[in-house]
Amino acid sequence: MPEGATSSAFTPERLRTNQGAEETVRQLLRSLLQSGQVEAVLALGKTGTEERGVAYSLFTEPDAFAMDGDALPLLPFMPANGGGLLSRLTLGGALARPVAAVIRPCELRAFIELMKLNQGGLDNVVLISSTCAGVYPLGTAVNGNLDERVSSYWEGMEHGELDEAVRPTCRACESFIPEGADITVALFGEEDLDRQCTLYLNTERGAALAQRLEGTTVTGNSERAAIERSKGERDAFRQKLFAGVDVGMTGLIHTFGRCIGCHGCKTVCPICYCQLCHFDSHDCEREPGYYEGELRRKGGLRVPPDTVFFQLGRMAHMALSCVGCGMCSDVCPADIPVSTIFSKVAASAQATFDYEPGRDLAEEIPLRTFKEEEFAQVAT
Amino acid sequence: MEEQTEQTFSPTIVGFLCNWCTYAAADSAGVARMKMPPSVMVVRVMCSGRVDPLFVLTAFLRGADGVLISGCWPGQCHYQTGNLQARRRTALLKSIFDTLELEMSDRFRLSWVSSSEAPRFVRVVKEFDREITDLGPSPIQDELFL
Repeated sequence: MPEGATSSAFTPERLRTNQGAEETVRQLLRSLLQSGQVEAVLALGKTGTEERGVAYSLFTEPDAFAMDGDALPLLPFMPANGGGLLSRLTLGGALARPVAAVIRPCELRAFIELMKLNQGGLDNVVLISSTCAGVYPLGTAVNGNLDERVSSYWEGMEHGELDEAVRPTCRACESFIPEGADITVALFGEEDLDRQCTLYLNTERGAALAQRLEGTTVTGNSERAAIERSKGERDAFRQKLFAGVDVGMTGLIHTFGRCIGCHGCKTVCPICYCQLCHFDSHDCEREPGYYEGELRRKGGLRVPPDTVFFQLGRMAHMALSCVGCGMCSDVCPADIPVSTIFSKVAASAQATFDYEPGRDLAEEIPLRTFKEEEFAQVAT
Repeated sequence: MEEQTEQTFSPTIVGFLCNWCTYAAADSAGVARMKMPPSVMVVRVMCSGRVDPLFVLTAFLRGADGVLISGCWPGQCHYQTGNLQARRRTALLKSIFDTLELEMSDRFRLSWVSSSEAPRFVRVVKEFDREITDLGPSPIQDELFL
């Protein structure tokens, strides 16, 4: 586990409670609100009662975290990238009072990237994350089979196996151990999650917040065999997905041919933080003369134009910070595997600069820095 | 692009030239009447670092056969480091093109040419023109469904 943002003298601890994971997390959050250590908790919650939907909400009532409360802190769905939400909360300056956020590793990475882009800050933000077994496609959150899904999810979690129904992006994700959280809830591959739960207290702040929890301090190797095995399986799946990407201009046209131009992928992307996207701006408005010119030039034109331009342009702008959260694929109404293509491009772009988004707040985004001597082969 | 046969194919290269060096070099080359292929359409920019990857993509998707970015040698940037940032962006774009196996990677070049290097500018243009001519017209020109 990496160190958090606080003092360097602190040694990370591990705390094991005698309650199930769900109970432990709920009790922790309840106690934080009751004691006033945090003003609010950002977590998933129910929307409506019958056809249960799910959305991120700020909770201030401790009762929300009772076992039958409205908050659903560990529910395997991602209605928005929580990193992007945290950026919105903290963009205007530090929060007046502490807020705890329960987010997944990819959401945490997105928040770190956004902070590097000056789109938020850590002041008064307590980060609680967990090892992750993926989330289900958002579209299945209202289909009534939620409870059944969730029980098979937790069974797989204990065995360190992914439910095949989680999003492809999640099955291909190798970064499911959070980095930089104050408290990490160990879930993936952990035994008896209904009876015990291990919390990694990574920072002094995290340790202070967990003080009211009863449990025993444990030591030992943090990397479990299940995690290593799953990494291998996920990598194999990732390679399979990547191999299926249609390449070349023909491939791009084939893949994005059914894009309806809704720009939903950009809207949900945590890294696309611009208030006015170039591709929504007046610069991308085409006037009648443009169409006439294109028709004269090549005898035909897809309308609306610029689909490939939008996708390639967005890659050029955000691939280095792409955290692979999969929101883009999840919301695509035309079912384009946006995330797979972007992850493939991002993986090699990030490797080019030896950069991993969200790994470390102190690490500069590659395009914001440079070295005098590098990429000699690029310039001739 | 008008219809061209192999023999008469003369590429269209969009050249983003830095105001402080390559643009001046191109100007001197013209004043000195040095011979070079007429294929580079010059876009004067204040620094190679001004070139957004979107400029390059726009040029290619509108049918350019090649894109040349040319700026000051490392250490000689009028704005200290714009050229080094341009080099990073070029590396990023090339990586994207390579991963998606897009031919644009071979049609895209970054060169350093200082203001006193008119002959070097001519050489860069000749070389690049030759390479692009050998590659032939960009296949993107015929794509209707971009």
